[in-house]
Parts: sequence; C-alpha cells; structure tokens
Amino acid sequence: MHMSDGIVDAPTSVGFAVLAVVGLALCAWRARSELDDRTVPLAGLVAAFIFAVQMVNFPILPGVSGHLLGGALAAILVGPFTGALCIAVVLIVQSLMFADGGVTALGTNITNMALVGVAAGYGVAASLYTLLKRHRDRVSVPTVGVVAFTAAAVGTVCAALGFVVQYALGGAGSTSLGTVTAYMLGTHVLIGIGEGVITALTVMAVCRTRPDLVYLLRTSEKKPAEVVPA
Amino acid sequence: MTAESRRRASFWIVFGVATLLIAGVVSYLASSNPDGLDSTTLRGCEVVEIDGVEELRGECIAQHAEEHPLAASPLADYALEGRDGTGGLAGVIGVVVTVLVAGGLFWTIARFRTTSGQAHGD
Repeated sequence: MHMSDGIVDAPTSVGFAVLAVVGLALCAWRARSELDDRTVPLAGLVAAFIFAVQMVNFPILPGVSGHLLGGALAAILVGPFTGALCIAVVLIVQSLMFADGGVTALGTNITNMALVGVAAGYGVAASLYTLLKRHRDRVSVPTVGVVAFTAAAVGTVCAALGFVVQYALGGAGSTSLGTVTAYMLGTHVLIGIGEGVITALTVMAVCRTRPDLVYLLRTSEKKPAEVVPA
Repeated sequence: MTAESRRRASFWIVFGVATLLIAGVVSYLASSNPDGLDSTTLRGCEVVEIDGVEELRGECIAQHAEEHPLAASPLADYALEGRDGTGGLAGVIGVVVTVLVAGGLFWTIARFRTTSGQAHGD
C-alpha cells in the first residue's frame, strides 16, 4: 500500500509529512517506557520480520494482490509506540533503499501504515483483550489469535481509509472519490483477511514459545510490578 | 544450559532464520500483480507494453505518479542493479539493514528510558 510521489498534491504531502514527524516524535518519546534490554532486540527483529513479510504479495482477486502492513502485529508484540516506529523504519528503508514508495509520499505512507494502522489495530487488540480479561482468568492462545486477526483486519481497512482521506484532500487525477473509496475498501477488506491470518499465526507462535515477550499479554500483568519502588 | 534457557534462546534463532528465509526464499513466490492501492490508482487505465516499456492508456490516478527519485539506485525494485533473480539477495540485505536501523534506533531510545518513578504515568 505504498503510494508513489505525485499521487497527492504538494500541500497534502507537506501536511501529512508534518503530521508524520510529529506523530513519530511522540512515539519515540512514549516508546521509552516500552523499551528495555529485553524488548530492544525483539523490536528490531519485528521490524525486520515485517520488512520480509511485506515482500510477499499474496493474491486477493484476479490481477490484484496485497501484502502485510504489520501495524497490529508490531503493536501487539512490542507495544503501540515502538510498533509505529517499527513500521516507519520499514517504510523509510523501502523508500530510500529499494525505491518502493515515494520520498515526498513518505509522510502520507507513514501516516497511513505506521500511525493509523497501528493506532486502529492496537486500539482493537487492547479493547478486546481487556474485555476478555474481565470475564475470564486465562485467555487461551487461540483466543489471542482471534484478537490479533480482528485487530489486524480493522487496522488494514483503517489504513486504506487514510489514503481515501488524502485523495479527497489533494488527489491527482479525475477518478471520483466514490470509486476510490469503493475500490480501496473492497480490496482492503480482502487484504485485511490475509493480514489477519499472518498476524494471528505470528502472534500465536510467539505466545506459545515466549509469552513473556508479548506486549499485549504483559500490559495486564505489568501494573502491580510498576508500582513497586525500585 | 537448561531446557528452559535453550528454548528461550532458540526463539531468537528461529525468528531470525524465519525472517531471512521469508525475505530470501519465500519472496520469490510473491504475486507480481498490483496491490490494492495500485490497482485503485490504475482504475480507468490499461497497461500496454510497447517495446518492453509499460505505458498507461486511458485516464487514471497512476498517470500522475512521478518516477521515484532513487529509481536508479543499486537496490531499486528489490533487485541488485536491476538483475533478474536477485530479489532474494536484495531482501536479505533489506532485512539486515532494517534490523540494524531499527535496533540502533530502539537502543538509543532505551538509553533515555524513564526511571521507575517517572515511568509510572505512561
């Protein structure tokens, strides 16, 4: 879902670049409380994993493919603020090293995939997980998988809507907003299913081997430990 | 080494090897069709190939796309100097660069980690 330069006009590109910079600065500030000696290596590896999986486009319709965005996946594993930074690093490496995704379009692409995708995906994951925790003592790994699937699917559709908003504000070309909205939503509901499956399988694999590393699972157990004075 | 610490250590190896295999091998199976966004921006156009050069006929958003300023860089489009079949190697290079850039960034941020008292508010 990487847009090229020129798809939206200069003011829109600049506006979203400013938004992306401010958003990522806030993420870096808040990520301080998510990152420690144990989570730094995981976060680095999660970014690399998402880079790798994004290379593998899967077919969704005849002639149309999709790929993982990774926002929900990163946020569930390493936290929302660190997760957004993971996706931003992937997008910057892709654009500057592989000419994948425009350079002036970095602001719009980071906004959609790193900020909107992560915020929506993590919002859904955290709400569902908190709700489940309230009703049962233990949440099984497959249940966490369902949470991850839902979060990833919603995150993907929301990221796609980010593009629709940018196109509405300053899109080039004469394609009607209705057509763009319909095609973006239609394709990204299908891509969201793929995103959900990949996210669920990955999160479940980490939950089975190293549940202690999964940010979403730690949040509910972390609170008492944080109150203990150092 | 206890079984538990072996299991904990093997997690990193499995995750790392899986990442390299996906970028280096599985990536060859990737669909080359346009993704959801690209197919949306191509709506209204027909892609015709003239003398090996793709051209857009009709009217669509993608016609407004500018060439990437780094389109001539050595790893552009996930290929080494544009050579066929080098996608896996390009992917492995990307994985290594991503882990270094992200790891370096996160290590730096962690240096500024809030102490337990200040972290409470977050």
